[in-house]
Amino acid sequence: MKILVPVKRVVDYNIKPRVKADGSGVETAGVKMSMNPFDEIAVEEAVRLREKGAASEVVVVSIGVQQAQDTLRTAMAMGADRAILVLTDESPEPLAVAKVLKTLVEKEGPSLVVLGKQAIDDDMNATGQMLAGLLGWGQGTFASKVDVVDGRVNVSREIDGGTEQVSLALPAIITADLRLNEPRYASLPNIMKAKKKPLETIPAADLGVDMTPRLTVVSVAEPAERKAGIKVGSATELVEKLRNEAKVI
Amino acid sequence: MSEPVRESMEFDVVIVGGGPAGLAAAIRLRQLSPQTSVCLIEKGSEIGAHIVSGAVIEPRALAELLPDWRERGAPLDTPVTAEDMFYLTETGSIRVPMLDKVMPHMANHGNYIVSLGEVCRWLAVQAEELGVEIYPGFAGAEVLIERNRVVGVATGDMGVGRDGKPGPNYQPGMELRGRYTLFAEGCRGSLTKQVMAHYDLRKDADPQTYGLGIKEVWEIPAENHRPGLVQHSFGWPLDNGTYGGAWLYHFGENLVSYGFVIGLDYANTWLSPFEEMQRVKLHLAFRQHLEGGRRISYGARALSEGGLQSIPRLTFPGGALIGDSAGFLNVPKIKGTHTSMKSGMLAAEAVVDAMKTDRAEPGSYTQKVRQSWLWQELRTARNIRPAFARFGAMGGAVYAGLDAMVLRGRAPWTLHFKHQDNETLRAADLCAKPFYPKPDGKLTFDRLSSVFLSATNHEEDQPVHLRLKNPSLWKTVNWDVFHAPEARYCPAGVYEVADEQTAPHLQINAQNCVHCKTCDIKDPTQNIDWTTPEGGGGPNYPAGM
Ligand SMILES: Cc1cc2nc3c(=O)[nH]c(=O)nc-3n(C[C@H](O)[C@H](O)[C@H](O)COP(=O)(O)OP(=O)(O)OC[C@H]3O[C@@H](n4cnc5c(N)ncnc54)[C@H](O)[C@@H]3O)c2cc1C
Ligand SMILES: Cc1cc2nc3c(=O)[nH]c(=O)nc-3n(C[C@H](O)[C@H](O)[C@H](O)COP(=O)(O)OP(=O)(O)OC[C@H]3O[C@@H](n4cnc5c(N)ncnc54)[C@H](O)[C@@H]3O)c2cc1C
Ligand code: SF4
Repeated sequence: MKILVPVKRVVDYNIKPRVKADGSGVETAGVKMSMNPFDEIAVEEAVRLREKGAASEVVVVSIGVQQAQDTLRTAMAMGADRAILVLTDESPEPLAVAKVLKTLVEKEGPSLVVLGKQAIDDDMNATGQMLAGLLGWGQGTFASKVDVVDGRVNVSREIDGGTEQVSLALPAIITADLRLNEPRYASLPNIMKAKKKPLETIPAADLGVDMTPRLTVVSVAEPAERKAGIKVGSATELVEKLRNEAKVI
Repeated sequence: MSEPVRESMEFDVVIVGGGPAGLAAAIRLRQLSPQTSVCLIEKGSEIGAHIVSGAVIEPRALAELLPDWRERGAPLDTPVTAEDMFYLTETGSIRVPMLDKVMPHMANHGNYIVSLGEVCRWLAVQAEELGVEIYPGFAGAEVLIERNRVVGVATGDMGVGRDGKPGPNYQPGMELRGRYTLFAEGCRGSLTKQVMAHYDLRKDADPQTYGLGIKEVWEIPAENHRPGLVQHSFGWPLDNGTYGGAWLYHFGENLVSYGFVIGLDYANTWLSPFEEMQRVKLHLAFRQHLEGGRRISYGARALSEGGLQSIPRLTFPGGALIGDSAGFLNVPKIKGTHTSMKSGMLAAEAVVDAMKTDRAEPGSYTQKVRQSWLWQELRTARNIRPAFARFGAMGGAVYAGLDAMVLRGRAPWTLHFKHQDNETLRAADLCAKPFYPKPDGKLTFDRLSSVFLSATNHEEDQPVHLRLKNPSLWKTVNWDVFHAPEARYCPAGVYEVADEQTAPHLQINAQNCVHCKTCDIKDPTQNIDWTTPEGGGGPNYPAGM
């Protein structure tokens, strides 16, 4: 069984994003980029499934600029077997990404596609669902536990107030939530080995997919600044303040 | 518990540190000897992530290394177009006339204002194109010495818990073995320190003396931006006995680099470099540039200020020290980029020499340095910083003027440094407390909101990387005598005194550390040992730093 894992290169989660002076978007020039944290979880899960013998190959794919190669190399250092870069200078919207992934699914024939539940840059939470829709496959989103048994995949989903168990026929789509696993470090020896793993580059135009943006960004603004907090000396003081100043209890 | 085996890998040359020195050495090695395998590690999560610099740079070494740097798109985009030097008083300022005559070392014609982090990222691309293997996110944690020869370094273990025990994600470090190892860790390198001690490299040198630079990057309204403007100041708020001053450079797209350097041989234990840096912004000479803008980044880093007199022995069996690890900074110019790069290039040439005859020590490096413009330059500058240490700010400035106009750096004498920076603090009750205004949140800020802008992060569950060699000394020396100077000199708020009234003890918020190395230098008994945290930890400085 083959697993496909799409990984996105995003502004690193340690970086405080800065809105461009003209409000047209978030500054990315010279900003540290790394793999979307939920995609690390997706890669980890796929690699674990292969290590357990439930899968035979893990293929990672990124749609983006040349530097997304680094993201793919990181995924291979974590254990993915090979990588595909779909090269484009645009920042494609979820629908375009899902369409590109559909053509790759048709080409590669995976039984499982594991994505992150959302990318931390745009927080769209849409690509996995759209891909499931385009392919007509079952989906287990917000996964916190994944088991492949007898040609099916059982997924625990994080939902409001608890978890939901679903069982899907393969092929299927899974999107990873925070608690699914704790991704491993890419060790230095594995990073060295990953340099030699195969990475195929396909120009996006060659796939014949309509990637025209459907959304217009009107403006991007920073959240209003929070009022400075205070330090309380004791629990009693905290309760006193909550009661008499904030008047919330 | 049995030690898990570390993997190891062999290279011709291993370079520790991806600053200008390490990257220039790597590039030169592959240019001279394309079959030489070169591996470079950097503790920052990416190249440039830990670089803090002014920076006005001289392109001299770069032009020797990559003569076609312009065509290759080096990010040297803002030539210096105007410059001013001010002597500040609390309320006024005096512009130093005829700057290029009186202070020729401050003349910047032909130089560029850059983000040194960006320059390093670009150098790394050039190096990788030449076949250098670069691994950011891995710290050199241990020097490998066998039969008295340095044979490489080992990276730190990952996934070790706070208690020192391996956690579920444990990954042992890796040995990177090299026929030659170049230490390019910048100022106060943690492995360099061990190598210096092992081979007694400082035996014939003056003590190294240091400065601490604290920097902010601002984005200002386009109508106030004057790209290419360089401004320096000395005088207020420092007293005559304290060396330092502020800089302000307009560069890039509406960016301003603002910062403050202070000599770490300062004496007043109550002094707070961070707060000095903040309050200089309130002076009209600086305020008028920053008002209406917003601060977008913050960082801090120590620099070596000893110059020629403090340069240690440069080579040892199996390797050499390059860049600011060795102390090749031109102090009166506050420029170390070109000298660091040059030293890296010369060391690369010496390593290629040594490889031919399989000599253990790349000894020709020392001669090459002595015969180069690098040595000439440091020789000319050698008396200026010690003159400040000896005669104070005014006396030092007069000496510097004399040195420039009359002696032209050819004085038959050499002034020496007598003290290490950790020996200069005076007891708390002998010092006057400076008054520092409260941050206004517009021009001036507190430490924590500043550290936030450095995007500093360390994996929470790991051993504290700032180690007290003798924990009980903190109470008897740091607290009882000096009243916890680390709480003031640390620009990241790492050190806090807890339970001050009842049972004072030191709390170390190691996660905030921006790797400036000041505590390793200034602690009165050098009781604080800065060691490398898990690789990839530390600041994540954006472009502009
Ligand atoms: C990759 C990623 C994905 C995430 N996805 C989700 C998600 O899907 N859904 C979600 O809900 N969250 C998400 N988070 C956020 C994460 O779950 C939160 O960090 C977590 O919920 C915080 O809870 P805590 O109590 O563990 O945090 P803590 O770190 O214990 O508490 C942090 C909060 O407590 C306050 N605090 C701490 N100390 C004090 C003190 N001494 N006095 C007063 N106040 C104090 C802080 O101001 C802060 O607001 C994500 C985070 C990451 C990095
Ligand atoms: C505030 C300030 C202002 C300055 N202004 C100017 C200026 O205007 N013009 C100018 O020319 N120079 C300036 N300098 C000096 C210049 O920045 C330095 O001389 C130069 O950066 C030194 O280069 P380097 O490669 O030796 O060290 P660094 O630039 O310090 O680089 C060392 C690198 O090694 C890494 N490293 C350290 N230890 C390890 C380890 N154990 N394992 C892995 N990696 C490690 C560090 O993270 C860092 O990336 C300034 C310096 C400061 C601090
Ligand atoms: S703990 Fe030491 S090295 Fe870290 S920021 Fe503070 S003074 Fe600098």
